[in-house]
Amino acid sequence: MAGQTDPHISLFSPQEVEFMAEDEMVEIVPNMNMEPLNFISGDFGRFLPQIPTQVPLWLAVALKRRGKCTFRPPEWLSVDNLTQVLEAERESQSTFQALPFSYVEIARLLFDHARDDIPDMYMVRSLVEDIRDVRLHKLETNLGSFQGTSAVKISNVSAMEVNLVRPFVRRALEAFYKHDKPEADVDRDTRSSRQPREANNEPRELQCPCLSEKKSQVSSVPIFVELPEK
Amino acid sequence: MTSNSDLGSADFETLASTSDVELLKRAWRNEKAAPEILQYEGALVERAKGQIELVEENIEDYVNNGVDPLVVSLYQMDLDRTQFLLRSYLRVRLLKIEKFMFHNLKSEEAESRLSEQEKVFAKSCADDLAKHFEKCVLSKLPENYQSVLKQSLISEADDMVPQPHLDTFVVCRSNNFVSLNLYEEGESPETVEMERGDLYFIRYKIVKGAIESGKIDLI
Repeated sequence: MAGQTDPHISLFSPQEVEFMAEDEMVEIVPNMNMEPLNFISGDFGRFLPQIPTQVPLWLAVALKRRGKCTFRPPEWLSVDNLTQVLEAERESQSTFQALPFSYVEIARLLFDHARDDIPDMYMVRSLVEDIRDVRLHKLETNLGSFQGTSAVKISNVSAMEVNLVRPFVRRALEAFYKHDKPEADVDRDTRSSRQPREANNEPRELQCPCLSEKKSQVSSVPIFVELPEK
Repeated sequence: MTSNSDLGSADFETLASTSDVELLKRAWRNEKAAPEILQYEGALVERAKGQIELVEENIEDYVNNGVDPLVVSLYQMDLDRTQFLLRSYLRVRLLKIEKFMFHNLKSEEAESRLSEQEKVFAKSCADDLAKHFEKCVLSKLPENYQSVLKQSLISEADDMVPQPHLDTFVVCRSNNFVSLNLYEEGESPETVEMERGDLYFIRYKIVKGAIESGKIDLI
């Protein structure tokens, strides 16, 4: 039922995370003629055969299931790009590569409904699964090295991954904060003199050295929500 | 009815023309993730309700006029999605009201964030609960312990009232460059600066103000 996810398991149920991902825009190529659709969530243009248009993912999947369009897979969902990302993920133990915020959900939906529209589908699918495994493993190992802090920066973590680790990290950080607080006044001065702050102003010195590293080996702008523009 | 630009509903530059559904989704997400109840988006809810009713009528017309069933089903899907957002938003708020019943009525700040109907609901809920407690338990306890709000007559504060846990950690993403004080007044001023699009696990209290002003979103 709406609004009644058990907060102790995770804040959002997987269906709700997918729901949020379904508003991402993707490109489709309709094979029929249709008038513009004036939805509450927006207006989506005339559908002309063979003219690509941008629509939300849920609409694209609905049209595809009725055989009314084909998908143009997003740029990041290609064998080349994913192989690169996978290698970079494997190399670095502490940073995450830039991937669309909802890459898990988008990839899943496309695999389920648009197999024939993705070139080398099996290769792409196994790459995405490998990337997911590597990232999750990285998250798990990094979680073990937490230290007390007020803010932890996590770069390039995707929606599903955030939702998975959220309950644990929340309780861990809260416990740290609770136990840390009475000693905070004493320790803070010694900490700040020990390690000078970097110019990019990371939260506190004693922080999880892994997740909040700002330098990234592969220089790419973190993409969270938007898919790369064509 | 405001509409999205073609470039995607998450394009922050077009915040001025963000659709109601986007705003509703944002409000829903923030409400779910925040430990306390947030400001009621009255105008947004009213607009959403109006649009939903309009589309419901349209769909009926379409069905009666024999419009292509595909188009009708697509409109129905869009309607379902918007309805889910609205319903879930209201239900999450009700859940929070029930959880912190007495606190919401006591604290002026919390009460100002409720809508009129929510206030009525909260009041009647609290009354019912108080009556229930009194009847079943409190009247049978010794004199000094009969208050619903206080542990005993000796307590100075209302310590039987659970308060929202504002020090809980939330995941947030900032929409702009934001610089925040990590600690409260009087303590050493460490700040955290967030670039647009950064994800942080951070204490709710620190980002509370920024969420209200729309600079930060909870994920």
